[in-house]
Amino acid sequence: MLDAIRVYRIIGGARVRSDLQYRASFVLFTISQFTITALDFLAVLIVFSNVHALNGWTLGQVTFLYGMGNFAFGLADLFIGSIEYVQVDIRLGTFDRLLLRPASPLVQVLADRFSLRRLGKVAEGALVFAIGCGVAGIHWTVGRIALAALSILTGATIFSAIWVLTACVCFWWVEAREAQNALTYGGSFVAQYPIGIYGVWLRRLLAYTVPVAFVNYFPAVYILGRHDRLGLPMWASFASPAVAAISVAAAATVWRVAVRHYRSTGS
Amino acid sequence: MPVIETEDLGKTFRVRRRAGRLRRRVEEVVAVSGLSFAIEPGEMVGYIGPNGAGKSTTIKMLTGILVPSHGTVRVNGLDPSRKRIEVARQVGVVFGQRSQLWWDLPLVDSFELLRRVYRVEEPTFRSTLGELVELLELNELLEVPVRQLSLGQRMRGDIAAALLHDPPIVYLDEPTIGLDVVSKARVREFLASRNATRGTTVLLTTHDLDDIERLCQRVMIIDHGSLLFDGGLADVVERLGQERTLVVDLAAPAAPLTVPGARVVHVDGVRQRLAFKQSETSAAAVIAAVASAAEIVELTIEEPDIESAIRRLYELGLDQPDTGEGAPRVKIDP
Repeated sequence: MLDAIRVYRIIGGARVRSDLQYRASFVLFTISQFTITALDFLAVLIVFSNVHALNGWTLGQVTFLYGMGNFAFGLADLFIGSIEYVQVDIRLGTFDRLLLRPASPLVQVLADRFSLRRLGKVAEGALVFAIGCGVAGIHWTVGRIALAALSILTGATIFSAIWVLTACVCFWWVEAREAQNALTYGGSFVAQYPIGIYGVWLRRLLAYTVPVAFVNYFPAVYILGRHDRLGLPMWASFASPAVAAISVAAAATVWRVAVRHYRSTGS
Repeated sequence: MPVIETEDLGKTFRVRRRAGRLRRRVEEVVAVSGLSFAIEPGEMVGYIGPNGAGKSTTIKMLTGILVPSHGTVRVNGLDPSRKRIEVARQVGVVFGQRSQLWWDLPLVDSFELLRRVYRVEEPTFRSTLGELVELLELNELLEVPVRQLSLGQRMRGDIAAALLHDPPIVYLDEPTIGLDVVSKARVREFLASRNATRGTTVLLTTHDLDDIERLCQRVMIIDHGSLLFDGGLADVVERLGQERTLVVDLAAPAAPLTVPGARVVHVDGVRQRLAFKQSETSAAAVIAAVASAAEIVELTIEEPDIESAIRRLYELGLDQPDTGEGAPRVKIDP
């Protein structure tokens, strides 16, 4: 793990240095990332200009939920989002060279396409989250503060694991990027709203299969002092670390199998 | 003990092919099969074969990029696909068609990144780099972004990058492809000196037989995924029954000479060309026989053309039935 961070910093650092050679473009891109994600929040405001509550959730509460999800997603996107380029490396056969070096190919793919511009998204998520913390009318306790902070980390971990898992599909089916995006970006999108608003099948999918509900929904229910846990008991609000651990284990296993399945290209 | 050893190594790919509008048929494509060889430390081995013969697939199995479908590979006693990272520390690889340098960074930055990824100590790195820069003449290029390098310059950069961690084993896949004569010579000289001074084991795949002739004592020839030949370069020619030619200019025109073990293939005034097989007689014996029959003014010996020998090998393949007229039979060396 330490070696993974070391290699990530070496290779990611080089990427940042070469990105910063074009400072103006870097700044503009980061701002545009921030703006695009911020515009997304407008949709929430538009919904609430027509209704006072969404499935019993107030605007402040949805803002908190939304911020929590987007902050976690932004962090995952910053560090793991470049996994989507593994598809390019596989198609072009450039994945080969990563396997020649004494380091994890996963870390190398992630670091090699690391882009600081994605900070724009993280900043937007953090900002909405901070606003949400203020306006959701939360009765803050030490436990709630700790759970909120921890949930950002476990949430980012769950999104990261989903990202890696879906990227593995590329090793078998090179053109799988859209299927991936449906789960990753789609997952983050549905996590922006209270899960109770979705149909029962989607709810089950989000809670048990693609565990997006554990990113923000279940922890938020406890922090906000609500009780709509989709029929699950109280522990569901504290289960996110366990869900994150299981997701990471699953992603690591599937990744390992996928790399052994790598076929390279002719040359 | 061999540094590289394979036994009955094979790789089969499952390929989906269109069979009708929607249906796909899964076919098995054998890229490599039944490959067994051993390379001793310090050997420089040429690995040749036509396109699609399985050369790159073999190298990819030797590095752990591909997992073999059957058989075993050992590199310094390790299984590359299971112990990929340990093997990576001992092996340097150059894929001529693909760079492992960072495109937007100056060459020297790529070297520095690799130093840190491989955890090479600063003083060791300085001396290795100094040596590589000098031998590969990279001094002027260190500060140039890789994307601005010419093909030959980039190739030298890639070779340096593959050797920065001072690996005892080096695989080179087409290291001279697309290079001009000067760059080719530079790369060859470098490889020869590296092999001589450090005892580096080198496995070289190439389409350029000059590379092999200049560098390798041993050559392995692969086609359709199996080894056709493994032995000395001179043996290829001999096995194929290729002939050497003695060209003599006599003092005066003469009738075609009669020399045991040789036959006159061409007479042009005073010049006669005698073809002979190395397995049947020696150049010295043929020259002596000619000298006793006529006065020689000038002589040269033409070696058989390796390229055409190998082309014949590809065409005729392995275990062709003997069709009488000296058709070559080639066997895999044990």
